[in-house]
Amino acid sequence: MALLDICNLSVEFATAHGALKAVDGVDLKLDEGEIVAIVGESGSGKSVAMLALMGLLPWTAKVTADRMLFDGQDLLTMSAKQRRKIIGKDISMIFQEPMTSLNPCFSVGHQISEVLAQHFGGSRRSHKARTIELLQQVGIPAAETRLKAYPHQLSGGMCQRVMIAMMIACQPKLLIADEPTTALDVTIQAQILELLVELQQANGMALVLITHDMAVVAETADRVVVQYAGQQVEQRAVKDLFENPRHPYTQALLRALPEHSQGELLNAIPGVVPGQLDRPVGCLFNPRCEHVQEHCRQTPPTRNEDILCHYPLPLAGQKP
Amino acid sequence: MNQPLIKARDLHKYYPVKSGFLQADKSLQALSGASFDLYAGQTLAVVGESGCGKSTLARLLTLIETPTAGQLTLDGIDVSMAADAATKKQLRQTVQMVFQDPFGSLNPRQKIGDILQEPLIINTNMTAEQRKQEVLTMMARVGLRDEHFHRYPHMFSGGQRQRIAIARALILKPKIVVLDEPVSALDVSIQAQVLNLLIELQQEMGLAYVFISHDLSVVQHIADQVLVMYLGKPVEQGASEAVFSNPQHPYTQALLSATPQANTERKRQRIKLIGELPSPLDPPSGCSFHPRCQNATAQCKTTAPVMEQRGDVSVACLLVK
Repeated sequence: MALLDICNLSVEFATAHGALKAVDGVDLKLDEGEIVAIVGESGSGKSVAMLALMGLLPWTAKVTADRMLFDGQDLLTMSAKQRRKIIGKDISMIFQEPMTSLNPCFSVGHQISEVLAQHFGGSRRSHKARTIELLQQVGIPAAETRLKAYPHQLSGGMCQRVMIAMMIACQPKLLIADEPTTALDVTIQAQILELLVELQQANGMALVLITHDMAVVAETADRVVVQYAGQQVEQRAVKDLFENPRHPYTQALLRALPEHSQGELLNAIPGVVPGQLDRPVGCLFNPRCEHVQEHCRQTPPTRNEDILCHYPLPLAGQKP
Repeated sequence: MNQPLIKARDLHKYYPVKSGFLQADKSLQALSGASFDLYAGQTLAVVGESGCGKSTLARLLTLIETPTAGQLTLDGIDVSMAADAATKKQLRQTVQMVFQDPFGSLNPRQKIGDILQEPLIINTNMTAEQRKQEVLTMMARVGLRDEHFHRYPHMFSGGQRQRIAIARALILKPKIVVLDEPVSALDVSIQAQVLNLLIELQQEMGLAYVFISHDLSVVQHIADQVLVMYLGKPVEQGASEAVFSNPQHPYTQALLSATPQANTERKRQRIKLIGELPSPLDPPSGCSFHPRCQNATAQCKTTAPVMEQRGDVSVACLLVK
C-alpha cells in the first residue's frame, strides 16, 4: 500500500473576484523511501497542494479531494485534533526561508525540544540529550553550545540545518521540503541537499521536494511531477522525463535552461503563467505552446498516461 | 574604442567596525585587490558566495561608495581621486544599475511613466512631450506596451517589473550597466526571456555589463570574462571559456561541482566544501580559503597567495603551477 495516496485534490480560495482555483485535480502516490520532486513556476500550486495536505491553509481555502490517505488513515474526515498528532510527527515540512520560519525569540534548543515534548510528552528538558543528538545528526559543529544560540546568531545554512533537525526529530515517514535551498548559496545548497538525501536513506523516509530548479531535480529525485497553473501536466520517472519529455510545457521548461541553449539567445517560453482572471479556454498552456492546434484552444485536455495534453510529444524509439 | 570603459586597478574597500568599549576598532575588508578591464559590448561576471564582496564591488562601480585604495577609471575619467561633484554627476549617467528584487526596487506609489521619467527630469532639459516620447520608445524596446505607462508596479508580474527596472537603467543611455543578480528572483521561463532581452540590448547599444550572479549556468551563458571572488579577494579571473572548461583554483572547482546540472547521468561526484564562509572581520591567516580547501598544505596557512597569470587565467593559489 502506498504511504501517501492523494486523488483529485483541488484547492479553491474565495477572493473578491470570485473563486481562485490554485490547485486543480492533482494526483500523487508516494511509496516509502521514495523521492518525488514537484516542479513548476510560481503560481503553479506546488506549495498550496502540500499545505493542503498538512492542513495549514487559512479558512478562505476550500480543499476537496476524492481521496487523501496517509498510511491508511483518511486525512479528509479526520478531526483537527487527530490530524495534529500526525502533522509534525509522521508528516513534517521544511519551508523555504530558514531565517523567517524559526522563531527569533527562542533558542534553537528550545524550539527543537518543543517538538519532542509535544509529541512524546515529558518536559522539554528531558529531551535535551536527543536534541543534541539531532543537531549532531544534521552536521552542526559544537552542538552542545549551539543549543543556546538564537536564530539570528546562525547563518542561513545553519538555520536550515536546525529546521531539518526539528523536522526529523520525530522520525517522520514523510518529509516535505518546500524549496529548501532556494535562499542559500550553491555550496551550501549542495551540502543541504546531500544531507536531506542521506537522512532520507538512513531513516527510510519518503521525501517530497518542491522546487523550480530543474537541475536540482535531475540530481536528487526518483520521480517528477510537473505542475502548470495548478494542474498536473506530467508525471514520470526522472530519467525518462529528462531524456524524453512528453508534455510541451516540460519540453519548453527544459529547453529554457541556459545549458541547453544553442547559440547566443536562450529558448524562452513566450508569455506568462495565466492568472486568476485571464485563464484561457481549453488547455491552460495553449497560448504559450508551440505545438498548439485548434482543438487545444477549445477543449480542455484529460489526463492520459499521466500526461495532460491532447497531443503529447511522441515517445522516442526504445533504446537497446 | 580600444580604451576600456572600466579600468579597475587593485580596488580596496574597508569598513570600520566598532568592536566595543575599550577595544580597538576593527576594519572589515569587504573588498581587497580587484583589478580588471571591461570594454564596450562585453560582459564581466562576478561570482562567489554571499559575503564575498560582489555587492561592494557594485557599489564602488556605481559611485555609491568611494574605494579606500586603488584606482578606478570609468569611461576614461579617474574617479578614485576625489573627482569634483559635476564630473561625478556626469559619470553617474554613464553607469546605471539593475537590482535583484524587482518587488523592492520600484516605488509602489509611482506610476511606471513617472518612474521612467524621473531620471530624465533630473538629468536632462527635455520638455514633457519629449520625455514621454523617450519613455514610450524605451518601454516598447523592453517589451512593455503603451497602456502600461499609467499603471502602478503592483499590477505587473516579476518578469515585467524587471523589464521596467531595465528600462529605467537604460533611459539615460548609459555605457555601463551593473546587474546585481538580475534574474535570480525570476522563474526559469521568465529568466530566459529577461536574459534574452539583456543580450539583445547589449548588442544593440554596445553596453558593457557587470553581471553579478551566483548562478553559474547563467554566467557561463552570458559572460565574456569571469571574476571569482572569495572573502573579498579575487581568486580566479579570465575568459569565460577558460575558467569554465579548466578551472584552476580549488574554490572555482568546488563552486562548479556544487552547481547542479540538468543531467540525470551525472550523479553527485562532488568536491565537498566543508563548513561555511569565515567571518570577514576575522579572516583566516595565509590563504583565506585554506580552512575549507581539500588540498591545503602547511604553507597555505601562513603565506597569502597573490594573483598570478597561469596559462589563460590568473589564479591566486600557491598550489597551482
